Amino acid sequence: MTMKEWPLWEIFIRSQHGLAHKHVGSLHAPDAEMAIKNARDVYTRRNEGVSIWVVRSSDITATAPGEKTPLFEPANSKVYRHPTFFPMPDGVKHL
Amino acid sequence: MNADERVFDYLLRLADSDLVLAQRLGEWVGHGPVLEEDIALTNVGLDLLGQARLWFAYAAEVETRFAGSGRSEDALAFLRDGAEFRNLLLVEQPNGSYADTMARQFYFDVWHRLLLGALTRSRDERIAEIAAKAAKEVAYHAERSADWVIRLGDGTEESHARMQAAIDDLWMYTGELFEVDDTERALAGEGIGCDAGLLDQPWRESVAGVLAEATLVLPTSPATQRGGKRGIHTEHLGHLLTSMQWLQRAYPGAQW
Repeated sequence: MTMKEWPLWEIFIRSQHGLAHKHVGSLHAPDAEMAIKNARDVYTRRNEGVSIWVVRSSDITATAPGEKTPLFEPANSKVYRHPTFFPMPDGVKHL
Repeated sequence: MNADERVFDYLLRLADSDLVLAQRLGEWVGHGPVLEEDIALTNVGLDLLGQARLWFAYAAEVETRFAGSGRSEDALAFLRDGAEFRNLLLVEQPNGSYADTMARQFYFDVWHRLLLGALTRSRDERIAEIAAKAAKEVAYHAERSADWVIRLGDGTEESHARMQAAIDDLWMYTGELFEVDDTERALAGEGIGCDAGLLDQPWRESVAGVLAEATLVLPTSPATQRGGKRGIHTEHLGHLLTSMQWLQRAYPGAQW
């Protein structure tokens, strides 16, 4: 099979002062190694990062906008899931 | 030539190769095969232009030592004629296809990386500094161009054929990379410059390794084209300089 289009890759960069890789965009490249080099050239020109992850876009499974309601809305109204919901007795200072 | 004149000439050789190659890569702006490559290749060009500026700036200071005053970076880049340019013949060759451009870049990058590595040990502090900074950029350039030679070589039938043709056609200019004349011999002896002859073996090994991985054949034809260091250039330099210099010559001292 000959491909006419290079695959699409999603790019994640971690900045010097960050802990997590953030999604910064996407680009086309023939393979993972070139994707990293292209990401370095396209997305780190202004010292934006010290670490690059590239993931083939086709490897990413995402939620569909239509599924938003059943997936996320129930969590909206469950206040007991937040630690601040539970009052601490006065005697317990460091729990 | 006295010591300073030799250093001046040597700096021009370094600056001119960087400048001419940067100009060639600039011709790809807006014409890259894909957007990502357009950005990547022209970034390489910008790196080289930055290095050229560092060499020119130092050259201007050295010129002051023996001539009383030194020309500015702009004067050196834009107001010298072709016969005064000291770049390698390899870098003035036309861009051609992407295979031609990457073959040219690959041959140059492997050499450039070795040269800068040697120059970081120069007794001339400024040369060592500039080389150290440039070496980081060129390490990346060398990886990139090797990557492309491998992918185009070990690619489709068409890319393989074009890459092999490009490797073969540019081979004749690679001998000049290791040519050592009296100036460079003297500078190497003083620990200021690099004995380019010593780069031949490691260059050959690196190039052979990459070409093997790219399923390409290492050329064996003579690599005898030279003259760049004496200001004897191929026909291409004149056209390139016309394009590069006309504005400064038509409007001397023009500012943005």
